[in-house]
Amino acid sequence: MNQRMSLGKEYVKGLWEINPIFKQMLGMCPTLAVTVSAINGIAMGLAVTFVLFFSSLIISFIRKLIPSQVRIAVYIVIIATFVTIVDLVMKAQFADLSRAMGPFIPLIVVNCLILGRQEAFASKNNPGRAVLDALGNGSGFLLALFALGSVRELFGSRTILGFAVLPETFQPWLIMILPPGAFVTLGLMIAAANEYVARQRRRQRETVLAGYKRADARSPLERAGV
Amino acid sequence: MKQVLVMVLTLGTVAIISGGILSRVNAWAQSLITANLDATTEQAVFMVQPAGERYEKVEGVDFTVYRVFDSDDRFVGYAMVYEGTGYQGTIRLMAGLNEDLSQIVAIEVLEDSETPGLGALINEEKFKDQFKGLVTSPAITWVKGAAPSMPNEVQAITGATISSRAVVDIINEGVAELRRSLVE
Repeated sequence: MNQRMSLGKEYVKGLWEINPIFKQMLGMCPTLAVTVSAINGIAMGLAVTFVLFFSSLIISFIRKLIPSQVRIAVYIVIIATFVTIVDLVMKAQFADLSRAMGPFIPLIVVNCLILGRQEAFASKNNPGRAVLDALGNGSGFLLALFALGSVRELFGSRTILGFAVLPETFQPWLIMILPPGAFVTLGLMIAAANEYVARQRRRQRETVLAGYKRADARSPLERAGV
Repeated sequence: MKQVLVMVLTLGTVAIISGGILSRVNAWAQSLITANLDATTEQAVFMVQPAGERYEKVEGVDFTVYRVFDSDDRFVGYAMVYEGTGYQGTIRLMAGLNEDLSQIVAIEVLEDSETPGLGALINEEKFKDQFKGLVTSPAITWVKGAAPSMPNEVQAITGATISSRAVVDIINEGVAELRRSLVE
């Protein structure tokens, strides 16, 4: 990140441009495992965002003090501290949700999305940017998990966030709340995201080419002397 | 040498601070977590012993059993927690039994990891209600496809015979174990 991005861009990029699920493909394990319902997706998204926010903040603050040989160990200790806090708080205050998440809250420690952001961003940028980047990535993660959870809950149990959406006559697709449903839904969503990007890129190229044609009868390749 | 010292110091400092914070959080959370667990147990006990008002743990048994008393402080029966292997993992359930262990009052599944939509149907009232008033001697059995005709029979869930059988086995084993422990 040599060229300075605007601060707003630092946040927004996590939502789509480098979305953890659709673009970076990081943190897939909890994504597939807990998204049987929209509320589970939101809870996991919030937990990850919390851990990401505070880990990035602290690591960015002490980034110049950490010897590079032990940086990963230090990151893991800091991340594990916040994950344990989340786990304890959830067990104390949201016992039902904690039970639904099973082992996947403690497993946030090894979520490569969090370690990835520390290594790729927080350790090289000031706390302000690190926090925005963390919030952006966290929000992107949360949105993706909410979308995935909603789709699976809709077809798997006829509801979204517990509200009945499809009529009683709809026979729920059992597979959607089983692991294969997670893989299939996520695969289709990533395919749709890639198709959207490819189309956008094609349109962009055509616009540029059309611009050249108007300005010059020759093709851009010819002008470049190829 | 200096480099090694810096590394050790950094890692040590981070670990100590982290440990300090966590012990604080843990001290706060632990009592709430215990309270949650107790509340869950209490809820389950009164679910399997609807007449219950108060319960106490039975000592000297190597699994969890409660003696349950009603509002007049009369002994109404037992509530026991017992677990066994289901189709995919452990099934842990609580069974309410009358005072001489001859009949089941009700059962409640506390924990399972059965297949959603099939084995997980053991959580449904439709299945659990079959156990209400069931005779425990001779041991409970299960039938497939047809309505139960004997006072010690339940109907297995279609497509989840293993899970249904697991529940029956856990209860039978638990009752046998409890009988043995109480005689001693």
